[in-house]
Amino acid sequence: MWEYTDKVKDHFLNPRNVGTLEDADGVGEVGSLACGDALTLYIKVDDEGKISDAKFQTFGCASAIASSSALTEMLIGKTVEEAEKISNKDIAEYLGGLPREKMHCSVMGQEALEQAIKNMRGEAPSKMEHSHEGELICECFGVFDEEILHAIKENDLKTVEDVTNFTKAGGGCGKCIPDLERLLAEAHGEGVCPTPSSKPAFPAEGMTNIQRMHLIESVIDNDVRPKLQADGGNIELVDIDRDAVVVRFLGMCSGCPSSQATLKNLVETALREKVDPALTVREG
Amino acid sequence: MKTIYLDNNATTQVDPAVFEAMKPYFTELYGNPSSMHRFGGQVGVKLKEARASVANLLGCAPEEIIFTSCGSESDNTAIRSALAARPERRHIITTAVEHPAILSLCKFLEKRDGYEVTYLGTDDRGRLDLDEYKAAIRPDTAIVSIMWANNETGNIHPIEEMAKIAKEHDVFFHTDAVQAVGKVDIDLSKVPVDMLSLSGHKLHGPKGVGALFVRKRLPFRPYLIGGHQERSRRAGTENTTGIIALGKACELAREHMKEENTEVKRLRDKLETGLLKAIPDTKLNGDPEHRLPNTTNISFGYVEGEAILLMIDQMGIAASSGSACTSGSLEPSHVLRAMGVPFTFAHGSIRFSLSRFNTEEEIDFVIETLPPIIKNLRKLSPFSADKKAPACTKSFSE
Repeated sequence: MWEYTDKVKDHFLNPRNVGTLEDADGVGEVGSLACGDALTLYIKVDDEGKISDAKFQTFGCASAIASSSALTEMLIGKTVEEAEKISNKDIAEYLGGLPREKMHCSVMGQEALEQAIKNMRGEAPSKMEHSHEGELICECFGVFDEEILHAIKENDLKTVEDVTNFTKAGGGCGKCIPDLERLLAEAHGEGVCPTPSSKPAFPAEGMTNIQRMHLIESVIDNDVRPKLQADGGNIELVDIDRDAVVVRFLGMCSGCPSSQATLKNLVETALREKVDPALTVREG
Repeated sequence: MKTIYLDNNATTQVDPAVFEAMKPYFTELYGNPSSMHRFGGQVGVKLKEARASVANLLGCAPEEIIFTSCGSESDNTAIRSALAARPERRHIITTAVEHPAILSLCKFLEKRDGYEVTYLGTDDRGRLDLDEYKAAIRPDTAIVSIMWANNETGNIHPIEEMAKIAKEHDVFFHTDAVQAVGKVDIDLSKVPVDMLSLSGHKLHGPKGVGALFVRKRLPFRPYLIGGHQERSRRAGTENTTGIIALGKACELAREHMKEENTEVKRLRDKLETGLLKAIPDTKLNGDPEHRLPNTTNISFGYVEGEAILLMIDQMGIAASSGSACTSGSLEPSHVLRAMGVPFTFAHGSIRFSLSRFNTEEEIDFVIETLPPIIKNLRKLSPFSADKKAPACTKSFSE
């Protein structure tokens, strides 16, 4: 059972602006039946450059239908310039959020919008096609490098799992996962340090999730544990969930009134300095 | 709103008589059957009865039944036991359409322990090819594991014939019969399988109890090591309430077997025919001639399964789908893919699985409710029969 917000449910059960526009100024078609979801978006623009009407047809799950419906509602009344700024994040936020596994539905909406605007300007056919320079990364779902890089930057994606949730790439046979790791490293290399620099901003930058987990483990083993053991205590790594590190205190440390201070001053400081400043540590 | 429950291959309602039978063993007769006192001993007597009831349903001896915690445990125990008993054999044969309990285990054994696994394919109706099977058997094949009936399509595989072939080649044969037990006749005095898995909650028993049939004199290596329970074949204090309930469920399954294959089948056929007739661009998945009496798997072209499920959920109808969005991954069901069901249909597949608790009115309601829902979803869809869908860069077979 997927957990959807009331707004997603509402847009799924009562979708707005369903249909086609015969005299559309721009049409964007993305996805395909084989891929499991597809969206055709129609926009009509008035003399003042405002989107006067938008309609859609969607094949897909509840969140795909809701994202498309929400998108049309967001578009109507906006100028094309304003509409161009709508990101997949905006669509998801408009719906009160989407399950992480379903974020690719909002990405599909954003891509259809981009395509429809290009089509309106005469820059592209309605159907999304990829430039030949682009590299096909995920053969299962037909995802190109440019889409993946765009999604990584737009949504600040950090892990391969994230990339799959947002673009579907890697969700099939899994053969392209090394490529996704490479693109993640590439995107973050550029995104975090605008000036080319060989020195990463922090030790875990550009690392894969697995590499980062190993680094966290080794910092706990080598830097944190010996200090606690000196006081008759110990620490155990319980879980790593994105930026949240969960640990458990053992021995003298467990139940020690100053364990909260130890947590912040010793463990968190070490991990932030030696792995990633975004990390937070809590007891689990 | 009343729930119309058509997802009985996922789990079933505990029969009220089963619940009554297990109840006293929670609060009053809670003794440990291994204890020396009569208080525990009387529970042991009930376990013996339950074992006889399960054996009676399967046509085997009570000593050939090992109680477990679930179908997955039975499956894991069977495969690992066969591999441990003949360590020099490094090959496994199974099918591409097995339940994850077998499929994931085989993938794991392949990856971690270096076993070789042959995954038998199916034709477009999900039927296995006996010639392909015979050709796959090797001198170093340790075990064949083939499900009796498929959970998604309800297809029944030719287990008797396949087990005989394995026997001729001196290869152990296991069958995951979780979906078949209680729905179709099984007579292990005639079908020479070596091991068979079943699960309580698929036949109106509770969750958390299963059983593994192990044929007499078959080499066996336990999976759970510990106490002497189950004649040292499965350690751990017996799930007394669950086992007593499973015994009762098997007894009832025997009584209802005829009804399952007449009345439940009639309602299933009515539902299937009704939907296929009322809704254009629909397709039946599976082998209509060799199928469980309670299951139908129908694809509704040009619409997506999760959307259908959530729409019918609004009307109180519970079913399941092989669509990508509901399979827990981004790809549609591995069973439908193995069968080569075209994408146009795989994403919109819905499985309805009935039980003896369904009524004629419920089926009539579903036949009435589905067509407008599909029609509305198709109105939303950019695809239709006359507007052919563009191809994706998909690489897996259509």
